[in-house]
Amino acid sequence: MLSKKQLFSRGMFDIAPHMLSVIPFGIICGAIGVELGFNPYLVYAMSIIIFGGASQIVFLQLLSGGASTLVAVTSVGIINSRHLLYGAVLSEYLEKLSLIKKLLISYFIVDQGFAESNKFFKKNKTEEHLHYHLIGTGCTMWVCWQIATLSGIVLGSFVPEELGLKFAIPLTFIAIVVQDLKKIDHVIVMITCGLSSLLFFDAPFKSYIIISPVIALFVASLISRLSK
Amino acid sequence: MTWLSIIIAGILTYFTRMTMIVLVNKDMLGDKIKAVLEYVPSAVFPAIIFPAIFINDYGSFIEMSDPKIFGAIVAIIVGYFSRNIIATILSGLVSYWFLIFVVFN
Repeated sequence: MLSKKQLFSRGMFDIAPHMLSVIPFGIICGAIGVELGFNPYLVYAMSIIIFGGASQIVFLQLLSGGASTLVAVTSVGIINSRHLLYGAVLSEYLEKLSLIKKLLISYFIVDQGFAESNKFFKKNKTEEHLHYHLIGTGCTMWVCWQIATLSGIVLGSFVPEELGLKFAIPLTFIAIVVQDLKKIDHVIVMITCGLSSLLFFDAPFKSYIIISPVIALFVASLISRLSK
Repeated sequence: MTWLSIIIAGILTYFTRMTMIVLVNKDMLGDKIKAVLEYVPSAVFPAIIFPAIFINDYGSFIEMSDPKIFGAIVAIIVGYFSRNIIATILSGLVSYWFLIFVVFN
């Protein structure tokens, strides 16, 4: 049985490598917000209030491009709707927690944290204080995101644009799913999702980000039915 | 106005994170649904990966000779065999830089 502290540290340790892509991306996001002409306090407040990576930038880009606030807010909601799927997966492991703890932990659910904690949970189902791993991944992400976006806002884009560091974001997610390429069913689901995301890329409100997982999960349900 | 919309966007985002964790309990998830939820990472992350590689900043498809495709392939191969996140990210970035700074320069 691992202690709460050990689980928390393990969470920090498991998500730490992803900071290699999160920190430059955060700096770029902060810098873009200011470059678009928004109040720096407002740009930074988004990192606390929304705490949602790319959705923050989409929000500012839409507003500066003349979109209505309704469109911008809807887009953020739709982009982040993928968290509903993460929550459904994590609920199994967080079930025993009190409502207050569930409400607090929810704020820290992020893509990479979900991915790494979910991998850990699957291997360590019997641990009693599993949620500390999720708090570890979430807090690490939170602190790094705050520092990175704030640096981008204050210092401007000191990460040279020529380096194309936005490319680190798909690489971080490749690192998350790459081991599942061993399983043909997962490969089919991934390709379905990837191709759907390209096909529906121009759908309104960036909805490709939730349409393609829904299609891919439908295919997944067919696969799991057939394989029985 | 912008402040208000950020707060609303924040509340919306929080709800996407919190809703399922608070509302879903074991009895609601049968074995069939659980089997499908196993696929969530594989069903969600390619929707972030594919557009970030194949679609450029202006919303159009890249050419098949784009360095990002090469970088992604290298990252997949290195990641698959090394099982290491840092090696995956760095190999992808370095091979991408190699193409844009050395080969295509």
